[in-house]
Amino acid sequence: MRDAIATVSGALFGLGLLISGMTDTRRVQGWLDIFGDWDPTLAFVLGGAILPMIIAWQIAERWTAPIAGTDFPARPSQEITSDLAVGSLIFGAGWGLAGLCPGPSLASLSFGGWEGLLFLASMVAGMLLAVPAKRLRVQTQ
Amino acid sequence: MIETSYIYGLSGGLVIGIAGAAILLGNGRIMGASGILGGIVDGTAGPGRKQNLLFLLGLVLAPWIAVLVLDLSPTTQITNYPVVIIAGGLLVGLGSRIANGCTSGHGVCGISRLSFRGIAATVFYLFAGGISVLVFKHLLEVI
Repeated sequence: MRDAIATVSGALFGLGLLISGMTDTRRVQGWLDIFGDWDPTLAFVLGGAILPMIIAWQIAERWTAPIAGTDFPARPSQEITSDLAVGSLIFGAGWGLAGLCPGPSLASLSFGGWEGLLFLASMVAGMLLAVPAKRLRVQTQ
Repeated sequence: MIETSYIYGLSGGLVIGIAGAAILLGNGRIMGASGILGGIVDGTAGPGRKQNLLFLLGLVLAPWIAVLVLDLSPTTQITNYPVVIIAGGLLVGLGSRIANGCTSGHGVCGISRLSFRGIAATVFYLFAGGISVLVFKHLLEVI
């Protein structure tokens, strides 16, 4: 059951990204291009995605456990850490530069050509680099 | 005048939200693409590894099947400058793992939970993304 839910959720996520246009780097960069020809489409995508999730969080508060799991994710600390700020700034810079974030880079893998594969490989390398980077930050703090 | 892209954006967005609701209410997991992939990449996924792999399988295969069945020809329109692609990928991978989330986890799942961390992360990456497009598109003209 748990495996089936994970597969279906991934499939829906991929289809949603394709339908919404998030796999098109020009659309993403158009949204970030507030000083140029601004494209507001991404606001509709985010708005549309948040609606079912608001309902889901409300349901989760009333349920004692998920259908095929043991518990719901605990509310993380609400502290704005330097990791959150620095990481998000680095991520945003790359998102603007390439026009892809992790979800769409995977959803577009079948039609993204060698450029998409190169992006995914670089992203995986970046994720591996995050391991020593985080360790280094802990040591210097 | 409502553009067709807004309607596709809203519809696709709803499907993304339903996907997030399914894995939250079904498995008690947050639908965060960088966390799900990153956990496999650096080995921190633990017992959730199989679930993560199946999620990624669905994520890659479903759009592929849709493109084949519906005879679509989508394009990512990504730049063909390898340096830009590599730099972009490295920054996205590194940053999303340091921040512990990206557009799906902090953005979609965090904002809908009114998580202050998720909202703050979204402000930071939108700000950096806007500056990045300004610099690389309008000033340096490399994208």
